[in-house]
Amino acid sequence: MHVLSIRRPRSLRKVVLGVVGLTGFLVVWQLIPTLGLINSQYLPYVTDVLARLAEEFRDLAFWRRLGHTMTSWAIGLAVATAAAVVLGTIVGLVPVLRRATHTVVEFLRPIPSVALIPLAVLLFGIRMQAALLIIIYASFWQVFVQVIYGVADVDSVARDTARSFGLTRRERLSYLVLPTALPYLMTGIRLAAAVALILAITAEMVIGNPGLGRMIELSRSAGDAVGLYALVVVTGLLGLLVNLVFRFIERRSLSWHQSVRGEEVL
Amino acid sequence: MTVHTDRIAQRSRGRGLGRRVVASLLYSLGLPFLLLVVWGLTATSSTNRFFPGPLTILEAFRETWIGPAFVDDVLPSLYRLALGIAASIVIGVAVGTLIGLFHWLRELLEPLLEFFRAIPPPVLIPVMMLLLGITDTMKVVVIVSGAVWPILLNTIDGVRATDSVMSETADSFQITWWERLRFLVLPAASPRIMTGVRQGLSVALILMVISEMFASSAGLGYRIAYFQRNYLIAEMWSGILLLGLVGVLLAATFGVVERRVLRWYHGIREVNRA
Repeated sequence: MHVLSIRRPRSLRKVVLGVVGLTGFLVVWQLIPTLGLINSQYLPYVTDVLARLAEEFRDLAFWRRLGHTMTSWAIGLAVATAAAVVLGTIVGLVPVLRRATHTVVEFLRPIPSVALIPLAVLLFGIRMQAALLIIIYASFWQVFVQVIYGVADVDSVARDTARSFGLTRRERLSYLVLPTALPYLMTGIRLAAAVALILAITAEMVIGNPGLGRMIELSRSAGDAVGLYALVVVTGLLGLLVNLVFRFIERRSLSWHQSVRGEEVL
Repeated sequence: MTVHTDRIAQRSRGRGLGRRVVASLLYSLGLPFLLLVVWGLTATSSTNRFFPGPLTILEAFRETWIGPAFVDDVLPSLYRLALGIAASIVIGVAVGTLIGLFHWLRELLEPLLEFFRAIPPPVLIPVMMLLLGITDTMKVVVIVSGAVWPILLNTIDGVRATDSVMSETADSFQITWWERLRFLVLPAASPRIMTGVRQGLSVALILMVISEMFASSAGLGYRIAYFQRNYLIAEMWSGILLLGLVGVLLAATFGVVERRVLRWYHGIREVNRA
């Protein structure tokens, strides 16, 4: 009770300031074309953009495009996570493999996934598979590296204890390796979810498979500035939503873990 | 007698060292070599023309990139990349420090920053094309508009997490704000800043490529897309290889810089762990 009474005014202040900041931004945006600092052809009025946004939300075609984007996002993320968990666990648990794969991983990981767009177009044409190749490549490394770290981070005392108590391989995996690696894994998946969304939209912009990204490119080439800005806002909201959902999942699945419990006590 | 055993011990130690060097060489180069051989064998035996052998790609690499193309396409790209990264770091650290130091400013801007960070950076390319036209400035601004967010947000977090005992000590010694910034706030935030810079680097590289694929008639990204459209498969692969090399080089350079900048920090962590 005491804690609550202290916390409430502060969080109220935070909300009020946040709303003020947001409103201020929208007002400044509205003022720039109104005062003629930038032609409204290039930076449309915020009121127009918001009106278009409301229009889009009532349009079935918009939701279908969103569906395309989110489908390739979800498939890509799922495939990348599954592959990264399996391979990461194997490589992380076997020191020989970890040493042997180190060079290859360090070379492949920094290759920007968008460099593979031409290859993806050659292999799959303007289809979802082309986008998937890029999404999976980019998000795989996020999870893979975290899983390797996580699996290797098992406390040596705990490992020796488990061994001397005669835990089987399966028991060691589920009671020792999994709990240690889970925080790393969740971080990896959260990062991968954001990266996968970026590349899902990028792929649609550059490759031209149906989705929000292609719509952005179409409104640009059609000179529809209002539509373009509305779609940019949509992608921002989408990114925000993905971040929030995955942060929530991370907290829920790690509610037992020190890092999350520690934050709640403070 | 003692001399003899000494020599034996020395020789066996020397052999152990040699063996370790050979082993680590084998470990680090064995798998890449094996993969290249497998790739080469499958490429020569299969009829799939989208996957030329590594030797063909290497040949194409030499012919395509070593020569005038390096000056015309690669250097301008790298120049824009460097400019974008430098501007992102300066803006991100300066603005991030400012926001991190003032509590009310942070609360005012937090929802906005969260939103801007969540926008997929490549989406900003069409917007910048609209605002700035298809120019070099546009490409640099695009790189900055994507790479600045991780640096900015990490700087804010780092500045905010400055040790309270240290800042109170600084208060009671009445050091000037400049000294405070130089010797307390920035060093305290530097591990987080470096984390942000590392994330920003990969975003910057992606945006360099995409902005050139999108709106350019020169540059690395444009070249690779051009090769693909004209079915110059080996040349396209050589471009992918070059981008990979740029990525690896960027990561390696960052690693060296980070180790220098954060030497004290890693030292402290090692002491704490021991």
